[in-house]
Formats: sequence, C-alpha cells, structure tokens
Amino acid sequence: MAIDLPIIWAGIIAFAVLAYVVLDGFDLGIGILFPLFPHRHDRDVMTNSIAPVWDGNETWLVLGGGGLMAVFPLAYATVLPALYIPIILMLLGLIFRGVAFEFRWRAGPNSRLWDIGFWLGSTIAGLMQGMALGTLVQGINVQNRAFAGGAFDWLSPFSLLTGLALLVGYALLGATWLNLKTVGELQARAHRLSFIFCIGLVALIAVVSLWTPFIDPIYFERWFGWPTAFFSALVPTLIAGCTLLLWLGLQRERNLWPFLAALGLFVLSFAGLGISFYPYIVPGALTIEEAAAPDSSLAFLLVGAAVLVPTILAYTGYSYWVFRGKIDPEESYH
Amino acid sequence: MFLGYSAEILARVQFAFTVSFHFIFPAFSIGTASFLAVLNGLWLITRDRAYLKLFEYWKVIFAITFGMGVVSGIVMSYQFGTNWAVFSDKAGAVIGPLMGYEVLTAFFLEAGFLGIALFGRKRVGDTMHMVAVVMVALGTLISATWITSANSWMHTPAGYTIDANGNFAPQDWWAIIFNPSFPYRLTHTVLAAFLTTAFAVGGVGAWHLLRDRDNRQSRIMFSMAMWMAALVTPIQILVGDMHGLNTLEHQPQKIAAMEGHFETHTNGAPLILFGIPDDEAETTHYAVEIPKLGSLILTHELNGTVRGLKEWPRDERPPALIPFVTFRIMVGIGFLMLGLGLWSLWARWKGTLYSSHTLHRAAVVMGGSGFVAVLAGWYTTEVGRQPYTVYGLLRTADSLSPISAASVGASLIGFIIVYFIVFGMGVYYLFRLMRRTPELDEDHELDRAPTRTAGINPGPAQGDALGAHHGH
Ligand code: HDD
Ligand code: HEM
Ligand code: HEM
Repeated sequence: MAIDLPIIWAGIIAFAVLAYVVLDGFDLGIGILFPLFPHRHDRDVMTNSIAPVWDGNETWLVLGGGGLMAVFPLAYATVLPALYIPIILMLLGLIFRGVAFEFRWRAGPNSRLWDIGFWLGSTIAGLMQGMALGTLVQGINVQNRAFAGGAFDWLSPFSLLTGLALLVGYALLGATWLNLKTVGELQARAHRLSFIFCIGLVALIAVVSLWTPFIDPIYFERWFGWPTAFFSALVPTLIAGCTLLLWLGLQRERNLWPFLAALGLFVLSFAGLGISFYPYIVPGALTIEEAAAPDSSLAFLLVGAAVLVPTILAYTGYSYWVFRGKIDPEESYH
Repeated sequence: MFLGYSAEILARVQFAFTVSFHFIFPAFSIGTASFLAVLNGLWLITRDRAYLKLFEYWKVIFAITFGMGVVSGIVMSYQFGTNWAVFSDKAGAVIGPLMGYEVLTAFFLEAGFLGIALFGRKRVGDTMHMVAVVMVALGTLISATWITSANSWMHTPAGYTIDANGNFAPQDWWAIIFNPSFPYRLTHTVLAAFLTTAFAVGGVGAWHLLRDRDNRQSRIMFSMAMWMAALVTPIQILVGDMHGLNTLEHQPQKIAAMEGHFETHTNGAPLILFGIPDDEAETTHYAVEIPKLGSLILTHELNGTVRGLKEWPRDERPPALIPFVTFRIMVGIGFLMLGLGLWSLWARWKGTLYSSHTLHRAAVVMGGSGFVAVLAGWYTTEVGRQPYTVYGLLRTADSLSPISAASVGASLIGFIIVYFIVFGMGVYYLFRLMRRTPELDEDHELDRAPTRTAGINPGPAQGDALGAHHGH
C-alpha cells in the first residue's frame, strides 16, 4: 500500500493532543494561578482574557478522545479503562472549570465559591492529565485486547512527578499568557511568576527525562542507542534555547517571546515523548499498526480531516485575531 | 458488586444519568441557537430595538446552557471508553468516524464562532457577527445530525461486515450514515429540540405577560413561540407516527413493549391506553383498551396482525414497563402541545392572544413540557432496544469494560453529586435570568458580565450597533 494510514493518523492524533495541551494549557494555567491573584478585579480580567477561546481550546480534547475511538479503537478501549479514575476526576474537574466562566457572574455574593471551583477544577484536571501521561509512559497491562491491570495502577511516584510537572508547565503557560495580555499590577505579578515557574518547569523536565530511560529498557535504548542518541542531544539543546529565549524575553519585556518559548518547551517535551513511544501507541503493549481501525475507517475520516483541520485552524486563528491585544482592565466594570 | 449492584447495571445507570443530563442542555441550545439567529436577523433587517433586546436577553441564557451542554458532553465522549470498552473495540471503527466527523464539522464550528457571537459584535461589525451567530446555530444542527446517525446505526445497523476479530468493519459509509431509522430519528429529534425551546420561550413570555401585558418584548416572544407551537407540533406528531412505523419494521419487539402487547393479535389488536405491563407474568394488568385501534394505527388496517412479546424468547425481549409508560408521557405531551398551539391560534384570531390570562397560565405550565417529552422519548427508544447495544448483534452485557463494580459505582456517585450541585445551580441561575423583565432601557446586570461586551479591549474594527448598551 502506498500510504501508511495508521502512521498518518498517529500523527494527526498526536497533533490534536499537542494542540489541546498547549491551548487548554494556558486556560488551565490561569485557573491554577487563581489563588495567587486574590483580587476579584484581577480575576475578572484573567477569565475575560480566555472566555472567548476556552471552548475551542477544549474541543481539541474531544478530537483527541473521539478521534482515538475512531482510528485506534483498541487503544481507546484499553487506555481508558486503565486510566479510569484519573479520567473521571479530570472530567469532573473540567465541569467545574467550564461552568465557572458564566457562573461566577451569576452567583452574586457566592461568586467566590465558583472561583474556588475554577481553581480546583483546573488544578485537578491538569494534575490528572499529567498523571495519566506518566501512567502511559510506565506502561499498561494489556491482555487479550483488554486492560488487565488494577484500578490503582496509575498511582505511582513517577506519575505524581509527571502530574506535578504538567501543573507547573500549565502555570507557566498561564503566567506568560497573562504577561502578554494584561497591563499594570496584574502583568507585573504574572511577569514575576513566569520566572519562578520557568525554573520549576525546566528542573522538572530534567528529572522526568533522567528518570524515563530507567523505567523500561526500550526507552534506554531509544535515548542512548544510535542513531536516536542524536535526538537525545538535540532535544536538551533546544530546550536550553527556549529557556534562554523565555528568560531574555521576560527581562527585555518582549512579551510575546516568553509565551512562545513556553509553547516551545511543550512542543519539545512532546517530541521527546514521541521518540520514546514510537512505534507503540500504548507503550510496551500495542503498536500503532495493531491498534488501528480498518483502512476503510481511516480513509473515510482522513478525507474529512484533510479539508477540515486546516479550515478549523483558519477560523480558530481568525477568532484569536479578533480578540487580540491587551485587555483593558477598566472596561470590565462600569 | 457494589452495594449489591453489578458493574453492568451501574454502568447502564451511569450512562442513562449522564446522557439524560447532557441531552437536556442540547435540546434547549439547538433550538435557542436558531432562535437567536432569527432574532439577530430580524434586528438587522428591521432595526427594531425590541429584537436586539430579545437577542441580548436570550443570549445570556444560551451561553449558560451551552456551557453546561459542552461540559456534560465531554463526559459522554469519554464514557464509551471508560465503561463500554468492549463496545468501543468492536464498534469503534463504525461509530467512531461518525463522532469524529461530529467533532470536525460541528463542535469546532460552534466553539470557534461562539466567542464572536457572544462577545464580538463590537469588534467584527454586524455582518461578521451575524455570520458567527449563524455558524453556531448551524453547528448545533450538524452535531445533532452526526450523533443521531451514530445512535441510529446502533438501532438499525447497516453497511458493515464482521472482521476476523469479530469486530464491526465499515463496508458502505453511505449505508452506515443513512441507516434505515436515521432520517426519522433525526427529524423527530431536531423538531423536538425546536419545540422544547418554543415552549420554554413561550412559558417565559407568558409569565411576563401575566405581570405586564403591554411589554412589547414579552409579546414578541410569546407570539413567536405560539406560532412554532401551532405549526410544528402537528408535523412532529406526523413524523412520530412515521418513526413508529419504521420501528415496527426494524424493531418489532420495541413496538410490542411500547404498546404493552404480550400476545400476538391476528384479527385486530386493541390500543391499550393505560395499564401496567408485567414482564414476569407476561401480561398487562388493568388494561384499558380500545378495540382494533392498535392495528389501525400500526398497520393502517382494522384487522392487521400485531406481534406480541411472547413471539420472542425471554432473553431477547426489552423490559416493557418503561417504554410503555414513557411512550404515553411523550405522546400525551405531544397532544397537549397541539392543544395549546390550536388554542393560541384561536386566541390570536379573537384578538386575545396577549390578554387571556388562562392561555398565559397554561403556557407557563407547559413551559418545561418539551424537556419531559424529550427525555421520555429517549427512554422509550433506548430501553426499548435492550438487551442490545448494536441491535440484534451485540448485547449490552457483552459491551462492558473489564472494570470493577466499585470503580463504576464510585464514579457514578461522583457524577450524581457533581451534576446535582453544578447543574442544579446552573438551572437556578437560568430561572433567575428568565425572571428579569425584558425591558428596553434597563441598565441590566448583563453589561457587567463578560458575555456582553465588557472586559475585552475593543479592536480597531468597531462597528458597534449597540451604542447605548455599554460604556457608561
Ligand atoms: C451514540 C449513542 C447514543 C446516544 C446518542 C444516546 N444513547 Fe442511550 N445508550 C447508548 C447509546 C446512545 C448505549 C451506549 O448503547 C447504551 C449504554 C448501555 C446500553 O444499553 O445502551 C445506552 C443506554 C441508555 C439507557 C439505559 C437503557 C437501559 O439500560 O435499560 C438510557 C435510559 C439511555 N441510553 C438514554 C438516552 C438518552 C436520554 C439519550 C439522549 C440524548 C441517549 N440515550 C442517547
Ligand atoms: C452518547 C451520546 C453523545 C455524546 C458522546 C455527545 C458528546 C458531546 C460532546 C463531547 C459535546 C461537547 C462539544 C464541545 O466541546 O463543544 C457535546 C455537545 C453537544 N451535543 Fe452531544 N453528545 C451525545 C448526545 C447528543 C445528542 C443525542 C444530541 C442531539 C440530538 C447532541 C447534541 C449536542 C449539541 C448541540 C452540543 C453543543 C453544546 C450544546 O448545545 O449544549 N448530543 N456532545
Ligand atoms: C404525539 C405524537 C408523537 C408520537 C406518535 C411520537 C412517536 C415516537 C416514537 C415511536 C419514538 C420511538 C422511536 C424508536 O422506536 O426508536 C419516539 C421517540 C422520541 N420522541 Fe416522540 N412522538 C411524539 C411526540 C413527541 C414530542 C412532542 C417530543 C418532544 C418535544 C418527542 C420527542 C422524542 C424524542 C427526543 C425521541 C427519541 C429520539 C428518537 O428516537 O427519535 N416526541 N417518538
């Protein structure tokens, strides 16, 4: 066969997950940062900065999940039962996060409760996503086309570490986004926080990267064997470059740089994961080929995706363009 | 076992609970999105501020409903994997791409234009804003199309083969999408969503008319809603009848359960109006019947044969009680809706549409009837197709994930608590918003919330039609 449909689809799903992580990442990051901005007015500006776009950002998660069911049904059917508890907690967290945008304006004196919901929901969702990722890296017990492990397999020191790393990463995205979109005291605080979370994230990336090769000999091979060792050298170098850009951007008040550099850190970490996973979709258990749906399904959906994903990117981009620029803090109250 | 329940029953309850909550919101937002598009169009054409006011009024309500629809919907799309993994493995190659197309064609469209439709009028100008409003409405309809196609395929599977692993593999996508029950289910469901919205809007309008019968905005709302009630309900009843005939062809057990027939009738089946079907005793107790009418409705002949549940082995029958009861609730509400629609026509003709307190009270009472009918309809459909998830091919019991009852039970409790708190509060906020009088010049709470125009620095393209509405 001329085109390898499963590989193309693995790429598209990976793209959807990455798009989700970076886009909803800064939304969730703003929620995670909420306790550090106690003033109601700051919080209004913070939520207003993402109110027009968060739903679109979250839709990438639906594409990641729904797409997985369509093109890799076996992966969907084994990974989700394995991650049962983290997924449910993530969904519950996303509920609180999603309704808070409207509810905090409707609740009158109780709006603080929805602020807490917004913070807790974002934090739990981010933590669970990170822990789910760590669990995948550690491997899932699959037998006879079904998950065969226990309900708490996902809870481990390593997954806690990846959960924390993702939280800190999201916080960094959120802080650099606020640094870009806001002014005054709010921006000054976001600016300071960006430094702190930048250091935290880079440290955590280092710990996770050093730990991963020792989880499974496959990863060790990947990272220290030839020719992939080339990437082992390249990825850290690029990460260092992004960190530098972030730092300089913050110091020189080039407010777009730090946000882009934080995105860069995510893209690079994600690429690192891709290197570790390939050719598996569920590490150690299912390869991309094994998990794929029949070609007729893959081809049918690919026709649509080829046209629709670029269209979606175009109108999503348009929507970001419409709401570009700094948020005027005075306009949110009359 | 968890508190004495098996993982299977808990997963079924969890699905029913979460999808019932989910569907309440889309049933309303599908209709409201189109309603908003109409209002905005009327405002642009007539430049009558009453329409703009109504648009702003319902926009906030829509935003909250839509948000709740989105968060409850995400739960649904993950639940197939968490609770119904075997189903996902077996049917994912067929169902999955349909839902994939739903995401690509509908969810992104709604989400991408929602921000502009809600907050962007000032920034993009009237024309582009109208485009955004229409895109959101279109998105909700496209979404309904794909998801009812997927659901209908599970009722009337077509266009598939079974592969070496025993999984469903697609063979003919056209046949899969346009499976036999899809056209009926789609039409019936979308009309149901429009009616749900019409009666909710009509109820709100009537409630305000009872307080102030001269308020022009309330009058417009009420009148628009009553036109929908009078014109769409008869169509819905007709479509419902056709839908039932289609079901008789493909799922005769379901019809037998809905009708409460255990025995097969060869020379004219009665229509059982009321009764209590009993699966154990294989009979319908206390049946109140009209002779021959059942055959007349189902076969359009007085002596047509109608098969009863006893024709099938017990383990292939759906439970009869729930479809029997919920079907009567839905049909009953359908005829009540028709009644209200006709009454409003009469009042309109007599010139009492805006002054008849009795009519307004009836409309307030009927305000939530669409929601009840919609849920009752889905319960009929879904319980009536048991014990299968893919009709006749894959049993519900064989669709379950390898998970413990404790996991499902605990998550079910989590969902129940969170849904009641979150959606309970949401519905309370909706009621508060609907209680606001739709005044023209009121300096409302709206202007302070982000959904309006506030908070976001106006871009250069300020073609603001809303002038007086903010900036004080
Ligand atoms: C795309 C698929 C799909 C769609 C759109 C719906 N359902 Fe469904 N439903 C299922 C797919 C499904 C299912 C996966 O096939 C279930 C799960 C277990 C089962 O037996 O069927 C099911 C079961 C199920 C049950 C439990 C029946 C029983 O166990 O006796 C109820 C009450 C509902 N559903 C109700 C609804 C409602 C109110 C819907 C309206 C939105 C709805 N379903 C849409
Ligand atoms: C099991 C079945 C279902 C699943 C898995 C499901 C999934 C979803 C998901 C994931 C969303 C959120 C999309 C976003 O992020 O914007 C959503 C919203 C929506 N769904 Fe469902 N859905 C189901 C049933 C239905 C049915 C039966 C209908 C209509 C006939 C429907 C209509 C909608 C609409 C219109 C929205 C947009 C949000 C809203 O209007 O409230 N869904 N659904
Ligand atoms: C009064 C006349 C009506 C008749 C004869 C009728 C008939 C039916 C039938 C036979 C079904 C089951 C389809 C199946 O076998 O799967 C059904 C389902 C349904 N009904 Fe009705 N119906 C009527 C009124 C209504 C009204 C007024 C509403 C809502 C406003 C409604 C909403 C629904 C919904 C949401 C479903 C489930 C989706 C589907 O299968 O289409 N119905 N209806």
